[in-house]
Amino acid sequence: MKLNLKALLPLILFAGLIAAFAIGLTRDPRVLPSQLINKPFPEFELTGVYDNNPVTLDNLKGDVSLVNVFGSWCVACLQEHPLLMDLAATDQVRVVGINWRDDRTKAQQWLERHGDPYDLLIYDPHSELVIDLGITGAPESFIVDQNGMVRYKHVGVVTPKLWKETMLPIIRSLRSEG
Amino acid sequence: MRILFTIFICLFVPLSALAQTVPNDDALDAQARDIGRSLRCVVCQNQSIEDSDADLAKDMRALVRTRLEAGDNPDEVVSFIRDRYGDYVLLKPPVQRNTWILWAGPGLILFASVLLLARRRTARIEIVELSQDEIQALEKLRMQSRKDPS
Repeated sequence: MKLNLKALLPLILFAGLIAAFAIGLTRDPRVLPSQLINKPFPEFELTGVYDNNPVTLDNLKGDVSLVNVFGSWCVACLQEHPLLMDLAATDQVRVVGINWRDDRTKAQQWLERHGDPYDLLIYDPHSELVIDLGITGAPESFIVDQNGMVRYKHVGVVTPKLWKETMLPIIRSLRSEG
Repeated sequence: MRILFTIFICLFVPLSALAQTVPNDDALDAQARDIGRSLRCVVCQNQSIEDSDADLAKDMRALVRTRLEAGDNPDEVVSFIRDRYGDYVLLKPPVQRNTWILWAGPGLILFASVLLLARRRTARIEIVELSQDEIQALEKLRMQSRKDPS
């Protein structure tokens, strides 16, 4: 019997469609490619959370930093907070916080209740820096090198696994470069 | 007369666009809304920042407005946001290397379908000459039916 290739065509097309869906629908639509990787961290002129003293890009440079976007309204941030506390306590990396769309009092209360792992705090109530960073939600974290270049971005909670397997190796290699 | 009118329109309508470099408040609002409608809210992904109630969309609307007030033209404002959030933030994807298939796809499919249909049409009305054997067989049948027309 001669195999009719034409008759198989719908089946092949259908299989292709299924394959396209299998790839397309399992991707997380919230994860957008970052525009910032290997580009300089944007300039900013903001203040701290505890006082009105100016904070700029110069305060960020100098050491490899884990820059973390958080807010007292952000529920998922509590999930990664113990890890950040641990990183700060054991001095594994300098942790920098961008306090996003928050109110100073609430932010301070939140930090008092849950602990403050941040070596530097940047208060961004109107999303100025957050938009410059292309952030879509909290928590989001960046690894910024000594010279203020963005080297890594993660959308969502930093898990111990992600820290150990992805972020720590990047930080180590950046340190040895610098 | 009509030609004169057309020339008049062609000359002065583009000028009126240029004249908008110093827009008043209402014009600025309208411009900001137009830009807002073309930008995707990155929190609630299928709304524009103009339609969205998300806080980030609010801040982005304010940013669009501030950029316009600072003297940016709409293209500059859009590319300012695009630089930060990528092509993704544009509700109308630009035609470029990774999107040409998106834009050309429907046309290509239509073209292919028309081609396919046309081929099937012509195949159906194709006239196949009878072979010599077939002609003989047919003739034989005809003779038979003539002999006994029951």
